[in-house]
Amino acid sequence: MEHLLVPPAGASFLGIPAIIFSLLIPVAGVCTFVYILTRRIAPLVMAAPDPRLDNVVGRAINTVKFAVGQYRQPRYMMAGVLHIVIFAGFCVLSLRSITLVMVGVSSDFALPGMDGFLGEVYGVFKDFVATFVLAACVTAAVRRGIFKPERYAVPPALGKEHTGEAVLILGLISGLMLADMCFEGSLAAAYLQKGMEPEALVVPGTGTWFAVQFMDQMPLAKLQRIHLGAYFAHEIIFFTFLCLLPLGKHFHVITSIPNVFLSKLKKGSVKPVKWGVPEEKVLDLESLGVKKITDFTWKHILDFYTCADCGRCSDQCPANAVGRPLSPRFISVKSREHLYKSFPIWGEPKAKVDEPLIGGIFSEDEIWSCTTCGACEAECPIFIEYIDKMVDLRRGMVDDGNVPQSLQKPLGSLEKRGNPYGIMERKRADWVKEIAEQCPVRVLDPKKGDTAPTLYFVDSITSFDEQIQSIGQSAARVLTAAGIEFGILGPAESDSGHEVRRFGEESLFMELKDRNTEAILESGAQRIVTTDPHAFNALSKDYQGLPKVEHISQVILRAIQEGKLRLKPTEDSAAVYTYHDPCYLGRHNGLYAEPRSVLDAIPGLRRVEMKKSFDRSFCCGGGGLMLFYEPVEETRMGKLRVGMARSAGANVIVTACPFCKVNIEDGIKTSGLEGKMQVIDLVELVDRHLVR
Amino acid sequence: MAKQLFAYIEHAGGSAGDTALELVTAAGKLGAADTVTAVVLGSGAELDKVCQEVASGYKKVWKVDNEALAYPNAELIRELLLRLLPSGSLLLIPNGSFGMDLGPGLSVKMGGAYVSDCVNLEGLEGDALKVVRQEYSGQVSTHVSCDVAAGAVVALRPGAFPPDETGGAGGQVEDKTAAALSGGVPAVRRRFVEVREAEAGDVDITKADILVSCGRGIEDEANLELAFELAKVVGGEVSCSRPIVDAKWLPKPRQVGTSGQTVKPKVYYALGISGTFQHLGGLKGNPFIVAINKNPKAPIFQVADVGVVGDILQYIPALTEKVKEMK
Amino acid sequence: MEILVCVKRVPDTAENEIEVGPAGADIKRSDLVYSVNEWDNYAVEEALQIREKVGGSVTVVTVGDADSEEVLRREMAMGADTGVLLSDQAFKNSDGLGIAKILQGEVLKGKYDLVMTGALADDGAGQVGGMLAALLDYPYASLVNMIEVQDGKLTVGREIEGGNQEVSQIELPCVLSIQTGINEPRYVGIRGIRKVASVEIPVRGAGDLGLSPDAVGAAGARVKRVDYFVPPLGEGAEILEGSMDEQVEKLIDILKSKGGIK
Repeated sequence: MEHLLVPPAGASFLGIPAIIFSLLIPVAGVCTFVYILTRRIAPLVMAAPDPRLDNVVGRAINTVKFAVGQYRQPRYMMAGVLHIVIFAGFCVLSLRSITLVMVGVSSDFALPGMDGFLGEVYGVFKDFVATFVLAACVTAAVRRGIFKPERYAVPPALGKEHTGEAVLILGLISGLMLADMCFEGSLAAAYLQKGMEPEALVVPGTGTWFAVQFMDQMPLAKLQRIHLGAYFAHEIIFFTFLCLLPLGKHFHVITSIPNVFLSKLKKGSVKPVKWGVPEEKVLDLESLGVKKITDFTWKHILDFYTCADCGRCSDQCPANAVGRPLSPRFISVKSREHLYKSFPIWGEPKAKVDEPLIGGIFSEDEIWSCTTCGACEAECPIFIEYIDKMVDLRRGMVDDGNVPQSLQKPLGSLEKRGNPYGIMERKRADWVKEIAEQCPVRVLDPKKGDTAPTLYFVDSITSFDEQIQSIGQSAARVLTAAGIEFGILGPAESDSGHEVRRFGEESLFMELKDRNTEAILESGAQRIVTTDPHAFNALSKDYQGLPKVEHISQVILRAIQEGKLRLKPTEDSAAVYTYHDPCYLGRHNGLYAEPRSVLDAIPGLRRVEMKKSFDRSFCCGGGGLMLFYEPVEETRMGKLRVGMARSAGANVIVTACPFCKVNIEDGIKTSGLEGKMQVIDLVELVDRHLVR
Repeated sequence: MAKQLFAYIEHAGGSAGDTALELVTAAGKLGAADTVTAVVLGSGAELDKVCQEVASGYKKVWKVDNEALAYPNAELIRELLLRLLPSGSLLLIPNGSFGMDLGPGLSVKMGGAYVSDCVNLEGLEGDALKVVRQEYSGQVSTHVSCDVAAGAVVALRPGAFPPDETGGAGGQVEDKTAAALSGGVPAVRRRFVEVREAEAGDVDITKADILVSCGRGIEDEANLELAFELAKVVGGEVSCSRPIVDAKWLPKPRQVGTSGQTVKPKVYYALGISGTFQHLGGLKGNPFIVAINKNPKAPIFQVADVGVVGDILQYIPALTEKVKEMK
Repeated sequence: MEILVCVKRVPDTAENEIEVGPAGADIKRSDLVYSVNEWDNYAVEEALQIREKVGGSVTVVTVGDADSEEVLRREMAMGADTGVLLSDQAFKNSDGLGIAKILQGEVLKGKYDLVMTGALADDGAGQVGGMLAALLDYPYASLVNMIEVQDGKLTVGREIEGGNQEVSQIELPCVLSIQTGINEPRYVGIRGIRKVASVEIPVRGAGDLGLSPDAVGAAGARVKRVDYFVPPLGEGAEILEGSMDEQVEKLIDILKSKGGIK
């Protein structure tokens, strides 16, 4: 076929057929790329095992919804839309890119099925897409380079700004778009000059069309140079881009889709100490937890590669918000840098693989600061996991005896007395004495063979903290009013161990779990109900072989729907309520609607929603052992949360977790809002409104 | 044969410590207020001043004067006391940091018994000395009987034997330097280097016997002044509950509670403290608790020994005034 | 440096309510949990840190019975090289001097540069360290809150009144009694203890230590506890009535008598 301009496949530079370059560039590019990938795979091979191929269908659905569908991107609208455009553009233009590479060798190359009408439609479509991508890249570059949104900032202690890398990549992508527009545009301009219709349709408004306008008066020789120059510019940029990807934060372009496919399905659970090692053998392991970088599982290392440095996790992180030394984004970024230094592409390693992470790239406080609220994981568009990593790092510290003094006492008390307060076990059911007359509670004595159909698992704080015992008492009254026959384990109950596990003390957790499991099974209960979301999460996710566990909000809602509980109208017309989603009820267990439905069942109750609610709920400060830890922080999470409730126009905060109540109560006091703000637990509120 | 009683006088900067006269009261419990001999070791003009002061409470005062005694060295003083004290003597010492250094080893070298941290002396029946001590951080008390036939060192809890105001014993000061140092100054294997003072503001509330503790009832950072004033006049330290630290009005080391310090004072002023479980969790050892709170239903009143329902911002200054007047 | 740390198994004051038993013969022990004496634990941590700096070994020893082994194992889980149990019927009901004599027997069996005890234990006596030093004729320092080792010489800091620190140099071999807060002891969990569960712990009796039974135990004790009791306390807070002035007066009287005003 006759070509108005010499195509790349037919050209030559200084006597050398250009086709040589058309082959050399891709070959060199791909070889370099493959080599870089093998270096990147090296630590994955040394890492700990991690089975991620269960429930393939579920994983595939996740991949379609979250990776291809970019489902979480719009949570930050501006960046989200820009990214969706660029990502979608990438997907669409991938066909064009492959075609272009082949065109350098065979001028009339077209992908199978693309040489007819479909090819023409695609040709137009891709022009639009490329234009949008270019516009998005320019917008993004201006946004990153000039407006510099907060969440991309790098604290000086952690190195230089990452803006340069971002703008470079945006520049390269823009370059790819422009190169193709010029490659096509130059040919189209040549046709137009000859008074012919261009082979490929050029639609006004697209970038290619603008290129044509720009070039339509140029002499043929110049068009020829632009044609060839644009082509090879495209190829060089393309393969450079490809090889740059595994060198920085744009590795996610390659790894994000697999990362979503391989992501953790069982939310709220904690990974075992080592996959493949059964519980009985765990304590025989040489070393527990993560101490050096290759102790992480291969999936965690893949996570580090996949982090796009977008900062959304840290933006949502409550520990970060109160000035603790933790920023989830930098957990990933620092780990990645450490990996790159320990496994360099070429040259000597600039960091030792065996270097201890704690005291090296991480500080102890940084790792102890995490409340495991899961806001980071809920936000990450590409499903990077953090909680398991924090737990693993803590396991490593515990294994080395490196536990803050403030936590050693409650841990010792948990071991000796089954509760972090050090109070004697036989007092665990003392809270029922106060209400013994109006609402007797059965304390099941295993020695007497006591059983009950429903077990109310109270857990430590509700049993011992005098301000929180009221939650237990209200629960007793509400369960009784709903006609539910229940008992409590009393002294036979030990702390659920939820935070013990998440703070890395796996051996103590296993002890508590075994004690509780035995006591629960002996009680003969067919279902368990609890007012404590941490206990709820522990019993449903960390324990095995137990009957069904429910949170009290689920039980109350069902009882209301079945007419077993009736609620009277609200008495305080000045009260404006807002519901605070506890992390372990909401994010980790998806129970958002039930507590709200319960509240809405109280006639006349005015309820407003805080901006940060549902899966964006802001952690109150943490529960269990976190109440004993002494973090270095600028303010407290509870205080910030109270401020959020005020901004929403509420004066009563309703929560469904005893730890949330403690932290928010503290927040009210330290904000000087006593008398103006109140906090109440859901079951206490229901108790007050019961029609008896 | 009546036991000879001696009292070891601690002193610094030319004045006797508070415990000096407490030992007289203790001796009095054994019927020996008039016969107990004060033993004062030190150096130079400061030593003389102390002896004069001590003579107002003791009928007999022994002094040993040597520059090696400028700073009390337990090893050295032990040797000297061994030379001075007749065998079978009872030596009363204050149960402080020096007493803990001196007492046990001295009793062994004397061949006698040792009993520490006595809160009461019940009497001497022949060679059986009856005392009262406490165990388990003061949660329980014990009656203890010591066989003092071969003598004993008895360490007394500071503050448990309040001195009576009488004074004027008009004691004679006898210089025992020659007797103590015949044979030269004993060599020691522990050499004093220096005393490093605590940094200003470096308060360890866990060691305080008296704590003036504030809660939210203090209402404002500025009002903490009142608490510090009161603490000063009663000889205590200021501590607080969590909200005060959270508000950054006081540093963390001042916080009493399960996530703060564990304290074991003898007396605890709970001012404007509601008495939450987490706060009380830091209070161990059965202290005497005085609570002032606006809220008559505050949980603190269930654990306090004495309570006043009122506004601490009124009561603290009133207390401070009265205590100042009294002193 | 060869270090011996004397440890004691005591009821944990943090996790127990101590109550007087029937007739005051003992405290109620049925519900008690025991652990290593807190001061002793600080001493072991200090010994481990010294070993990390200058090499040597750390041995922990206790006078007790079979139950006391758990405390030795815990300290071995923490890092001590060896544990030794001194146990004999003849040792029962020893007073402080008796314990010190028993420990002296063990010290003389080895070649220790440094012997450490906790400054206080459950009975608050704070005596065994000083007695042991005198029996061995070693120099002694109590309430030690700082230890510096340099070229085989020791500089120690003692906690004295007012939160001040008295610094001295002390010759080796010596005995030190350790105050809480000298360091931050490392954590020992269930796992650590499992790891040392089957390590051999030698047991030595009176004969092995060259002690005659009437020098120790109840026979040799000169200081004996007669009974436990609780001084009578009032019920709940006595709420003071009257005008503010009257209340303040009354308060001050009460405070003075209770030692609340120095």
